[in-house]
Amino acid sequence: MSDSPNKLDLAAVRARLEGARGRDYWRSLEDLASQPEFQELLVREFPQQAVGWSDDEDSAEGRRNFLKLMGASLALAGLAACTRQPTELITPYVRQPEELIPGRPLFYATAVTLNGVANGVLAESHEGRPTKIEGNPEHPATLGAADSFAQASVLQLYDPDRSQTVMFEGELRDWGAFYGAVREVLAAQAASRGAGIRILTETTTSTVIADQIKQIQALYPAAKWHQWEPAGPHNARAAAMQAFGQPTNTYYDVAKANVIVSLDADFLASGVASLRYARQFAARRRVRGNQTEMSRLYVVEPMPTPTGTKADHRLPLRAGDIEEFAWALATGLGAANGPKSGENVDIYKWIGPIARDLQAHKGASLVIAGDYQPPIVHALAHVMNASLGNVGHTVLYTDPIEVNPVDQLASLQDLVKDLDAGAVDLLLVLGGNPVFNAPVEIGMRDRIRKARLRAHLSLQQDETSEMCQWNLPEAHYLETWGDARAFDGTVTIQQPLIEPLYGGRSVLQVLNMLTDKPLTSPYDLVKGYWAAQHKSADFETWWRRAVHDGVVPGTALPTKTPAVRGGAITAPAAPRRLGGTLEVIFRPDPTIYDGRFANNGWLQELPKPITKLTWDNAAYMSLATANRLGVMPEDELYWSTDGVPMVELTYQGRTLKAPVFVQPGHVNGAITLHLGYGRTKAGRAGTGMGFNPYGLRTSQALWNDVGLEAKKTTGTYVFASTQNEHVLDSRRHLYREATIEEYKKNPEAANEGAEAPPRGLTLYPDFPYNGYAWGMAIDLTACTGCGACVVACQAENNIAVVGKDQVRRGRAMHWIRVDNYYSGDPNNPSLYNQPVPCMQCEDAPCELVCPVQATTHSAEGLNDMVYNRCVGTRYCSNNCPYKVRRFNFYLFQDFETPSLKLMRNPDVSVRSRGVMEKCTYCVQRINAAKIDAERADRKVRDGDIQTACQATCPNEAIIFGNINDPDSRVAKMKAEKLNYGMLADLNTRPRTTYLAGLRNPNPEIEG
Amino acid sequence: MPQIFPRSANALVRTSLFGAIFFIGFLGWAGYELDYSHWNTRARVPQEQLVPFSHKHHVGGEGFDCRYCHTSVETSSFAGIPPTQICMNCHSQIWRTSPMLEPVRASYRTNDSLHWTRVHDLPDYVYFNHSIHVAKGVGCESCHGRVDTMPLTWEENALRMEWCLNCHRHPEKYVRPREFVTTMGYQPAGDQEEIGRRLMQEYHIQDARLLTSCSTCHR
Repeated sequence: MSDSPNKLDLAAVRARLEGARGRDYWRSLEDLASQPEFQELLVREFPQQAVGWSDDEDSAEGRRNFLKLMGASLALAGLAACTRQPTELITPYVRQPEELIPGRPLFYATAVTLNGVANGVLAESHEGRPTKIEGNPEHPATLGAADSFAQASVLQLYDPDRSQTVMFEGELRDWGAFYGAVREVLAAQAASRGAGIRILTETTTSTVIADQIKQIQALYPAAKWHQWEPAGPHNARAAAMQAFGQPTNTYYDVAKANVIVSLDADFLASGVASLRYARQFAARRRVRGNQTEMSRLYVVEPMPTPTGTKADHRLPLRAGDIEEFAWALATGLGAANGPKSGENVDIYKWIGPIARDLQAHKGASLVIAGDYQPPIVHALAHVMNASLGNVGHTVLYTDPIEVNPVDQLASLQDLVKDLDAGAVDLLLVLGGNPVFNAPVEIGMRDRIRKARLRAHLSLQQDETSEMCQWNLPEAHYLETWGDARAFDGTVTIQQPLIEPLYGGRSVLQVLNMLTDKPLTSPYDLVKGYWAAQHKSADFETWWRRAVHDGVVPGTALPTKTPAVRGGAITAPAAPRRLGGTLEVIFRPDPTIYDGRFANNGWLQELPKPITKLTWDNAAYMSLATANRLGVMPEDELYWSTDGVPMVELTYQGRTLKAPVFVQPGHVNGAITLHLGYGRTKAGRAGTGMGFNPYGLRTSQALWNDVGLEAKKTTGTYVFASTQNEHVLDSRRHLYREATIEEYKKNPEAANEGAEAPPRGLTLYPDFPYNGYAWGMAIDLTACTGCGACVVACQAENNIAVVGKDQVRRGRAMHWIRVDNYYSGDPNNPSLYNQPVPCMQCEDAPCELVCPVQATTHSAEGLNDMVYNRCVGTRYCSNNCPYKVRRFNFYLFQDFETPSLKLMRNPDVSVRSRGVMEKCTYCVQRINAAKIDAERADRKVRDGDIQTACQATCPNEAIIFGNINDPDSRVAKMKAEKLNYGMLADLNTRPRTTYLAGLRNPNPEIEG
Repeated sequence: MPQIFPRSANALVRTSLFGAIFFIGFLGWAGYELDYSHWNTRARVPQEQLVPFSHKHHVGGEGFDCRYCHTSVETSSFAGIPPTQICMNCHSQIWRTSPMLEPVRASYRTNDSLHWTRVHDLPDYVYFNHSIHVAKGVGCESCHGRVDTMPLTWEENALRMEWCLNCHRHPEKYVRPREFVTTMGYQPAGDQEEIGRRLMQEYHIQDARLLTSCSTCHR
C-alpha cells in the first residue's frame, strides 16, 4: 500500500483505531481518517452544495437571482395569500357500493410477487384508488410486514411511463387486432400441432397459469414453454436435483434455530420468505429483562448485506471461496470428507468453534446456502443439516412451489437453439426483459429477431419491447385477478383494486387467447379454476373467504423428508485460483433488483443498505483492492463534485467502465457488481442510470468467477451516496452496543458512561402530558437496515422524489433514514444500522427558533409541523441536532401528472416548494385512531396505532405507542435497561429512544 | 432664483403626510373588508347548482333527517353527498316527469355522476372530521346554520380558522346533547354554558390545549 498524500491517510486511521478505547464507531472512511472536510460536514446542516447557489447549479438559480426572487416573493407573498379559492365540484356515486364509506379506506387482501413467489399484502384503497401496501398478518410469508418492493409497487402502478396501449411496429392498435393476429398464426400452426409457437415467461407459481398452459399444450403439443429469470434461485433448483434426485423446495424455521450459519445467504433481507425469517430471527434475539437467550449467527459473504450486519461473527470471503468453506465446515461436522486445511487460512480459522457450536445444538441449528452459491454449496448445506438432525425442525422440504421448476438457463438456451434454426413462428414474451438481462453471449437483442412474429407483454416499454413487433400493456397486479404460491406453497388469490388504468391484460389473459375458450375474463378464469378444485356446495362461501383472507386454506404443501443421495457429494473441486486477477461477483441490486424496478423513483432513491448509494450501481471493492488498483479516490469524498475514479473491467474479452466504490467489509480481491442498472429504455427515472453489468455476465458465470481484470481508466464519476449526508458525530455514542455476556453481568453495560443531565436543568417550561404521550422505541438488535421503513414512509406521507443531483446535495426528502456505522478494522469492520426518524423532543430545539411558530408542541408531545405557516427560514433545521428536518428547496412534488394524483394519501398534505417537513409520527394515523376510539367512548388501545415504518418492519424493531400507559409495549421497552436517548446529553429529552444493540459472539472466537 | 413652490404649498405637504397615514389605514381597512367580504369567502352566497336542490323544501318542508342523505356523517370524516340512487328512492315515484329533475334521471340512466358545486370548501391542508364533531354533540346547525330555511344552499360561516378556534377553545358554548345534533332551531333547556360543561364531561370532550394543537386539524 502506498503512502502517497493523495491516498486516504491510513496512518491516521491506524492511529485512531489504536487510540480507541472500547467501541469506537465511524461512519465512513473519511470519518475514520478525521478528514477536515468531514469535520466540517458535522457542523453543517447540509453539505456545502446544499445552500442553493453553488456554481454548478443552473445559473438561473444563482445567488443574485435568488435574492431577486426572494425580494419579489416577499412583496407578492401578501397578495398571493388573497387568492380566491377556485370553485370545486363534488361528484357523488350514482350507486354507491354497499361496503364503501367515502372518507374511510378499505383494505383488500392480495399478493405481490417477486420471482413468481407470493408475499401476501393488504392494499389500502381510498374510494377505489390503491394508495398504500401493508403486510397481511394472516399470510405466512409476510406476517403483517412488507418489503420495499411491495411498498413501492404502488408507484409502479401509477408510473406515468407505463405502457399505455397495444402497439404494432410503433403504430397504435387494440387488443382485438392482436387477438386476430394470434388466431391467424394459430390457424396456420394447427397442422404442425403448434411447432412454431414459443412462450417465454418468468418464473411462475400460479396454479391457474399452469392450468392454462396445460390446456395450450393439449391443443398444440409441439408448442414449447420456456422460462427465464435473471436472478432466480437456479442453483437451489439444480442442487435439489443433485442432492435428492427430485425437485425440492427448501424453507427454514428460523424461530427454532439457536445457531445459524449463512453461506452467503442474505436470508433476512432478500429472497423468498425473508420477511418471515427476519421476524423469526428478531424474535429469537429479543432480550428483555431476564429473558437473555439469544440465537447466534455466523455469516460468510463477500459483500456486506443486511444479514451480515446482524452477524455475531462475519467473515468476508470471496464468493468462490465459500464452497471451500462449506466443504471445511461439512468436514468439521463429519458430514463430508473434504480438506481440513488449505492455503487460505481465513477459511479454516473458525471451522472448529462453529462446528462445535452447531453440534451442541443438534436439531436446533441451521445452515443456509445462498441462492447465488453453486449447487454443491447447497448440497453440502443439505448434508450438514441432515447430519445435525435439523431436517423436520429448522429445515423443511416440500415439493417445488413453481409450476415447472426447470433449469431456466437450459430452457433459455433451448429457445435460442430453436431461434437459430428458424423454427419459431410466434414468440410470446410474457413479462420479463430478456433482451436486457439474458446472458451476454447469447446476444438476445439480435437473436430474438429470428422469431417471425414477436409479442412482448410488459408494464413498460423496455429493451425487449423495442425488438418485438407487438407491444402489449400488462395489467399491474393491483389491476387484475390471479393467484400465486408463497414459500411454503400457500396460495393467495390476487384480486384487483382498480380497473386497468390503460386497458392492460395479465399473462393469464394473454395465455388464455391461445386456448379453445379464449377471451374468458380473468375473474372467470381464476374462479373457474378454483371451483373445479373445490367441488362442494359451499364453494361460494369458501371462495369469498379465501379471497377475503388472502390465503387459500390448506394449500401449504406437505413437508417431506427426502434422503440425500449417496453420490450427491463428490470430492471437492480444486479451488479456483485468482492468479493475479480479481473475482467478479454479480448480484441483483438491493433496490431495483434485476432492473425491473429501474423506473421506480422510490426504489432508486432509497439508499441501498450499507452503501447508502442512490440512483447508481458501482464497482464495489475493498480498501486494499482499491489501493492495489491505484484507484483509491483522491480525496475519498463521495459527495465531492470531482467524483471518484473509474475502472475498466475486463472479463472474458468483454469490457465495462465502472466507477469505484470502496466498501469497508468487502472481501479483498473481488469486485461486486449489482445488476439492473444501465437500462437504455426504462422510462424517465431509469434510462441511463448507472452501468450495465449484464454486459459481462455469461451463462458460465451467472454469479461469480475468477479472471476479472481491472485497471484504472480516465474519467471520474459522481455518486449520490447519503452515507456522508446528515452526519452526526459518531464519537458521541449515537449507537450503543454490548455483548450478551456484558449485558448479563451489567444490563446497563451498553449505556455506561452516558451523560444524562438532570431533568430540572433546562430553561424550557415544564409541559404536563395528562392524556396520551406518544413515543417510539427502536430496537437496534432487531434492525437489519433493509430500508422498507423508508419506502413505507414515503408512500404514506406523500414524500417527493428529488433525483440524483439533489440527493447529492443532501436534499433527499426521506423522513426516516437508516444510518450505517462501522467499528474496528476497515477491512473487516462490524456493521451497525440505526433508523433515525424525528426524535419528537420534549424540549425541542427546533420549536424555539421558528419565527412564525410553524413548528409547535402539541399537547401529546408531538413537534407539529404546520406547512401552511412555514415561510422557509430553515432555522429549525439548522437547530436540529439530529438533522431530521427536510426542506423543499424546489418544487419536488409533481402536481401535474394525472396518474400521480391518484396515488397520494388523501390524509396528508402535499408539500410545495419552500416548506420544511419532517416525520410526524404519522399523525394522520394517530388522529384516525383517536377519533375512532373517542367515537366509541374508549381510550386508544395499545397497538391501535401503527406508524407506517412500524407496520412494515419485518423485524418489529420499531414500536410506537402511548408512553403514559405503563402497560404499552413502547413503555415497557423504554423501561428496559438497554434504553437510551440519542444525544440525550443535550437534554432534548427525545421521545424516540433506542434499545442498545446486543450481539452474541462465540467466546471461543477472538475479536 | 425664485421659489418654485408658493408658501401655501406647505399646507399641501402637511396634509399629504397625514393623508398618507389615512390612506394606508384606508388600504388596510379595504383589504380587511375585502378579505372578509361575502364575495371572497362565499359565505351567505347561495350557490347555483345544476339541479336547484332545496334544503328548505326537503328538511323544512318534508322533515327529512340530515342523515337520510348524508349517510356517513356519523362514521367518516366526509358527511357524504347522496348518490343519485338516494334521490331516485323518492323521485322514481314522485315528480317523475319534472324537467327540473331531468339531470338526476339522466345520471341514473347513464351512470354518470351528478356534478354539484361545493358549498363548504376547506383548504386542502385542513382535515375536518364530521363524525367526531357529531359524536361530541356539535349540532349540524352550529356550523351549517338553519339549512331548513335555505332554498339554495349557502355557506353560513366563512370557515375561517379563528371561527373554528372559537369553539375549540370554548366547546361548552356550543355543544348540545347528542339527540339534538340534527335538530334545526335547537334551544338549550337552561343555561348553555352549564349544560355545555356537563356535556363536556359526559362526552369526554378534550381540553382546549389538545383541541388547539396544530396537528388536531393540520397534517
